[in-house]
Amino acid sequence: MPAGAAERRRRTDNMTKLFIAGLIALAPLSQVMTAQVTVIKNATIMTESSKGTIKGSIVVRDGKIAEVGENVMVPAGATVIDAAGQWVTPGIIDCHSHIAGDGNINEGSVSVSSMVNIKDIINPEDIAIYRALAGGITTANILHGSANSIGGQTIVLKMRWGKDADGMIFEGAKPGIKFALGENPKRAGNPQGGRGAPAVNARYPATRMGVEDTIREAFNEAVQYKAEWDAYERAVAGGQHPIPPRKDLKLEALKEVLEGKRFVHAHCYRSDEILMLIRVADDYGFKIRTFQHVLEGYKVAKEIAAHGAGASTFSDWWGYKMEAIDAIPYNAAIMTKKGVVVSLNSDDAELMRRLNTEAAKAMKYGGISREDALAMVTINPAKQLGVENRVGSIEAGKDADIVIFDKDPLSPVAKVQRVMIDGNKYFDRDNEVSGRPMKEAEKQKLIEQEKQDQQNAQKKGAPTRRPQQ
Amino acid sequence: MKTTLFFTLAAATFAGANDTFLIRNADVYPVIGAKMENVSVLVQDGKIADIGGKIVPPKGIKIVEGKGLRVYPGMIDSATELGLSEVSGERVTVDTGELGEFMPQLRALIAVNPESEHLPVTRVNGITSAMTFPASGGRGGRGGGSPQMISGQAALIHLAGWTWEDMEINRSAALHIIFPSLGGGGRGGLAADFPDELAALFGAGTPQTFTERKRQYDQQIQKLNDFFDSARQYQKERTSNAPGFKRDLKMEAMQPVLERKVPVAVTAQRERSIRDAMAFAEKQHIRIILLQTRELAKVAADLKAKNIPVILGRTEALPENEDAPYDQAESLPGEIYKSGVKFAFATFNNEFVRNLPYNAARAVAFGLPYDEALKAVTINAAEIWGVSDKIGSVEKGKWADLMVTNGDPLETPTQIKHLYIKGQEIDLTNKQTRLYEKYLNRP
Repeated sequence: MPAGAAERRRRTDNMTKLFIAGLIALAPLSQVMTAQVTVIKNATIMTESSKGTIKGSIVVRDGKIAEVGENVMVPAGATVIDAAGQWVTPGIIDCHSHIAGDGNINEGSVSVSSMVNIKDIINPEDIAIYRALAGGITTANILHGSANSIGGQTIVLKMRWGKDADGMIFEGAKPGIKFALGENPKRAGNPQGGRGAPAVNARYPATRMGVEDTIREAFNEAVQYKAEWDAYERAVAGGQHPIPPRKDLKLEALKEVLEGKRFVHAHCYRSDEILMLIRVADDYGFKIRTFQHVLEGYKVAKEIAAHGAGASTFSDWWGYKMEAIDAIPYNAAIMTKKGVVVSLNSDDAELMRRLNTEAAKAMKYGGISREDALAMVTINPAKQLGVENRVGSIEAGKDADIVIFDKDPLSPVAKVQRVMIDGNKYFDRDNEVSGRPMKEAEKQKLIEQEKQDQQNAQKKGAPTRRPQQ
Repeated sequence: MKTTLFFTLAAATFAGANDTFLIRNADVYPVIGAKMENVSVLVQDGKIADIGGKIVPPKGIKIVEGKGLRVYPGMIDSATELGLSEVSGERVTVDTGELGEFMPQLRALIAVNPESEHLPVTRVNGITSAMTFPASGGRGGRGGGSPQMISGQAALIHLAGWTWEDMEINRSAALHIIFPSLGGGGRGGLAADFPDELAALFGAGTPQTFTERKRQYDQQIQKLNDFFDSARQYQKERTSNAPGFKRDLKMEAMQPVLERKVPVAVTAQRERSIRDAMAFAEKQHIRIILLQTRELAKVAADLKAKNIPVILGRTEALPENEDAPYDQAESLPGEIYKSGVKFAFATFNNEFVRNLPYNAARAVAFGLPYDEALKAVTINAAEIWGVSDKIGSVEKGKWADLMVTNGDPLETPTQIKHLYIKGQEIDLTNKQTRLYEKYLNRP
């Protein structure tokens, strides 16, 4: 691939991005400088707190929600947003996403890849972040892929478009690790051509039995590793000077799981494998924080609830693979009724932009109430990620992560008008639409420039450039 | 046990003389006109016999109380793989995408599995009929082989019936052509298809120069023309019963198309492909319907002038390019409506056909008038596929393909209370509702 073409393309992409980033990033800056208090008034507010849904106002001060109520005092000098006829919800939270993961999010060459971390490959310029914002997403759990039984470490981001990778990390949110059960981690053990064919690169495991064993083997090691370190630390505390055990980056992450310092987010489909992982966790003394996808969670909701795990599922995906054949859109409703904290996730850059409409499906399938349905994409995922003291509802003291919809957010005819994170405006549909002619002109200019560059190069007798792959 | 259950359900679904009844005191949304409040709908022998406030029900007729409910025509999805694909990730369960470049003789209808789980799951959301394509996603030859240009005959089916013959509305509703495209070497895939202006600059997608790909593209269009030309030559020989004439199944399948009895559904997404498809249709004197079109802004006026309808893909879709507006797919239907081109919605899918109404609703959020969204999943589709005398609205004389709801069918929480296909009441349970009941009640 000729470097020249790639470089030019990248330059064009980056200019577009900078341009978009500029449009967005300027807004919060100017707001912060002129006024640190914003009041959203006359709105229908779905607080997702004990206050329920109210007609009223929200006072935002220094990035936090200062007050919510039917009648609030508007402080002098506050920026006032009149949201008459509009609806306000907490920032939407996606408990399962892979956006902003630069390149491949699957370190699938080994059965246990707990040493790798998604945090290291965050691309803050991924346009999917802006699109998610435009759909009301303010927080997302960015996961490693599902190619192996124990995958890489995960990170929670806020969609602070325009900031660098570090600036997007949800400070204080506990990191996690991805586990995966069922068809996906088995795939590498069943290479094309069948098992009779020369198993060139077959990777253990090839069955659900092997998936269990892979996880048990890893924790068997991790428990011993932890014991070595515990003994060492006890000795140090006792005033001795022992030689420290050898550091193992793969086992470090699992040691953190055993210590409750790292959440396990487990990709799963069938009830048998869900139950299997609960029993493995029981045996080794750790907790599953969330079951992800968990399409047959409804069959073992009792066991999931007893374990204390959350469930983060699709609203109505089914039938696209064998292990999704018994998936039902009532999954979220049954698990909720059986006492599981349920969220609805996207796992997809497109679906991520309309999780509010996915929540509405919990009303259709299983008769969940409006507030409880919206909770599945706000306060429930916040609980699952351990950040419910910061986000997920509109309550005094929480981060001002707020979405304004033009209509009822549980209707598919509603769209997002504004999105605020930490009290700063990150998306404004009016600005976005009015800025389009300028962006289009900029694009045309870049295309013209590129044509000129090519023609000039050809005049100078440069060889015709091979296009990039 | 299983057999007993099957027959019980089946009997409930298709029992003999159940296609005569009266829905009373309901609000009727005929789609083709204003809503009628508190009226009755008389269905006789599967057809709508009367709609009005003062219908005297024939003696002994079954009465369905419609108080507080609404009656709409059943929805139509204009492109799916229903019946032909069961578990999309498992090739053995998928019957779309045959091998071979020119396969006009293939018929989707005969591969429709009437017992597919997708049918009951889809119809309980109010979708009563669908176009089912031999390669709806525009990608032929999934398992390898050369890309298809003619994938076969798409069928319009009802989503209930004992056999595919029962389900048939039109076995040959369209011939499906996947028009060549510059980005994807004849395949209509989205990802491989770049806007011409960028393709020309960067040659994105394939490791060839733009000139090389343009040459291939032109060659493919030529091949398509050659195939039609030979079908026309065959027509002459057939008519004159020329000496040595041999019956050829591919050529036979082309005859209704040449006679303009069967339209051609052409997958073409980019402006260049759309223009070239229109030129192709002109040259071959065929009727076309465009599928999954995306770059329509500059060709809309021509489409309107030539009366060519389009089947739009999902509004629940990402923009095509990084720098395209975030709401590109959502805004498209509103723009098409303003241009006056006739259109209908389709999901181009199996698992998500049940979300057809929500795709239409999303277009409403971004500028399409509500009534037009509803038309695009009912009467527009019926008109485009040539069956508006039978389905697509609540009108006297049409089949009673009806959904009776407790609210607006484009709103997610709305529940379907009764569903009728040709006047037969459809059982609203399916595998998913049965699993729901079973596990909700797990001790």
